[in-house]
Amino acid sequence: MKAKAAARPIRWHVAVFLAPAVIIYTVIMIVPLISTLQESFFQVKDGHTVFVGLANFRALFFDPRWSADFWNALLNNFWFFLVVMCVQNPIGILLAALLSSPKLRFRAFYRTAIFIPTILSFVIVGFVWKLILSPLWGVAPYLLSLVGLKSLFAPWLGDAHYALVTLGLITVWQFVGIPMMLIYAALLNIPDEVLEAAECDGVVGMAQFWKIKLPLVLPTIGVISILTFVGNFNAFDLIYVSQGALAGPNKATDILGTFLYRTFFGFQLQLGDPNMGATIASIMFLIILAGVCLYLFGIQSRMRRYQF
Amino acid sequence: MMTIKSFRMLLVVGTILGSGTAALAEDVTLTIESWRNDDLPAWQEKIIPAFEKQNPDIKVVFAPAAPTEYNAALNAKLAAGSAGDLITCRPFDASLELYKKGYLTAVDDLKGMDNFSDVAKAAWQTDDGKTTFCVPMASVIHGFIYNKDAFDKLGLTPPKTEAEFFQMLDKIKADGTYVPMAMGTHDQWEAATMGYQNIGPNYWKGEEGRKALIDGKQKLTDEDWVKPFEELAKWKPYLGDGFEAQTYPDSQNLFTLGRAAIYPAGSWEISVFERQADFKMGAFPPPVPNEGDQCYISDQPDHALGMNAKTKHPEAARKFLEWVASKEFAELYGNALPGFFPLTSEKIDLKDPLAKEFLSWRQTCKSTIRSTYQFLSRGTPNLENETWTASADVINGTETPQQAAEKLQKGLDSWYKPGQYK
Repeated sequence: MKAKAAARPIRWHVAVFLAPAVIIYTVIMIVPLISTLQESFFQVKDGHTVFVGLANFRALFFDPRWSADFWNALLNNFWFFLVVMCVQNPIGILLAALLSSPKLRFRAFYRTAIFIPTILSFVIVGFVWKLILSPLWGVAPYLLSLVGLKSLFAPWLGDAHYALVTLGLITVWQFVGIPMMLIYAALLNIPDEVLEAAECDGVVGMAQFWKIKLPLVLPTIGVISILTFVGNFNAFDLIYVSQGALAGPNKATDILGTFLYRTFFGFQLQLGDPNMGATIASIMFLIILAGVCLYLFGIQSRMRRYQF
Repeated sequence: MMTIKSFRMLLVVGTILGSGTAALAEDVTLTIESWRNDDLPAWQEKIIPAFEKQNPDIKVVFAPAAPTEYNAALNAKLAAGSAGDLITCRPFDASLELYKKGYLTAVDDLKGMDNFSDVAKAAWQTDDGKTTFCVPMASVIHGFIYNKDAFDKLGLTPPKTEAEFFQMLDKIKADGTYVPMAMGTHDQWEAATMGYQNIGPNYWKGEEGRKALIDGKQKLTDEDWVKPFEELAKWKPYLGDGFEAQTYPDSQNLFTLGRAAIYPAGSWEISVFERQADFKMGAFPPPVPNEGDQCYISDQPDHALGMNAKTKHPEAARKFLEWVASKEFAELYGNALPGFFPLTSEKIDLKDPLAKEFLSWRQTCKSTIRSTYQFLSRGTPNLENETWTASADVINGTETPQQAAEKLQKGLDSWYKPGQYK
């Protein structure tokens, strides 16, 4: 009898409290995800859906009819990520450092002004920037001509060399507020004692930033990087809005998101192919999964944390 | 106003769906599915009243959806059995798919179907050309719209030949008041549709070349098919500053604001331009390569009307379709919506001068349809999409005409075997 009483009762309340989140998450995330993965192993032939194994993936990687577009989109996507990563995050850190400087006035104003684009819709951002950069009515050529640099203006969004970088920079403009806020918060979290101790040791100014503050906000930068990675490999909206589903010029701005859209839903005379679309979606999922795993197991678990 | 109208429509639709048998005893109501929401006033004020006057026992409701949502919404409604009695048909594969799934019925035995030529019906026929499943309603014609005031000021007349065309562009450019041509390459389809498909038929000889391409007797790398790209490449200096980033609405505005002299156009622009431009406009067909050459125009079938196979009122629907095939409807439609031309072979009287100009080309030039629409855009890579990209690249100068043609042919060869759809 005693032994039985000692056994812990099943704690039903845990399951009950978890249930709503688990059920909702399963229904709207996990089930569609699995059925997408499943779709990618099938193909419609003569009106029947048949299992084709990895044939869709093979076509995507090696069949020149698909692979040219796929590798182009994948490379563009990495380039897009690189641009955003290398521009957005350093600027975010810089802005956060400036904001946390005790001498700065109108801090709340700057903070809000820089953060506001983040809450705008992609459609508005895409449209506004298309107008700003328009060679016909845009304000960009006019502003450049005011300072005598009109010759530097080019129809950037229509030029295969610059279009993707331009879109990357627009994304940076829109989202630089997020790393700024997160790093700003992390910087404020650094206890004064640590900084005072550093000052006693003669570590001040820039050296203090590089040697004390930056290492302490590194975990936050890691989180931001992974957010940027996921966001960029899921990106679609901005490019669709400003360049259309064909992601011109000459597919120079085609990334996995737009490639998926065209394939899955079809475009103009191209009829949709849900199975190939699902294959591309699966690849996107795997890339993001790989990136997140690399971060979780390779970087985050090795990162040093400081307790204050 | 709109909300009240759509609310009423909802009520009407709701009543039909809800009552079923009760409706049989009373008047029949037909619902038309369409993506042409711009045309709602024309249907409600002119077209439907004319039909209802002759057929007091049939009521017609025009129920359009947004163009981008139409295909998806229609497919869902058809699958659920809640689609309207009459269905506006997109050209070629999208509608063929509906017919193959049994959502549309054949309309060959309708009175008045012999008013349409084979080219007019081609967009809504099975691959063997034996069955037609939609009654052709309208086509759009390509050409060039020009600013008449600008032409008068510079003393220009519409060109007949390619050489005259470029001389004229040189003159406009030298004068400097106007951008010679309003077209951009940013959206890509402008370059392909208003550029390549506009001037191309003169080189590949319309239907002759288009059919030869489908039959594999010609290739996109043949001279007749590369030539239009070579002409397009020559357009570059005559487009506005920064045309690479100029979008379709930019081009429209550039022209209607009177800043450009010529607009490579499709006739659907007519009603928009007439509303916005405060100068006189004229139009000329794509110039022929040499003096005296036969001219060809792209006369692209754009929409047709079919019958839902599961309609509850097949007799009434057929009656309406027969009326759509009649000359009376063609005249009514062509005048209510200038720029959309009835496809009937009967002679139609149009009142809009600009639309009349476009339509008059059918007398002297041979009609053809866009080369990429039938069969050739069924596979991957999609020839239509590739043509968009290639045309824009050629005008931008990032690809030579020869390279563009080779790329297109290679893409086509990778999946298309001539005759596979016969």
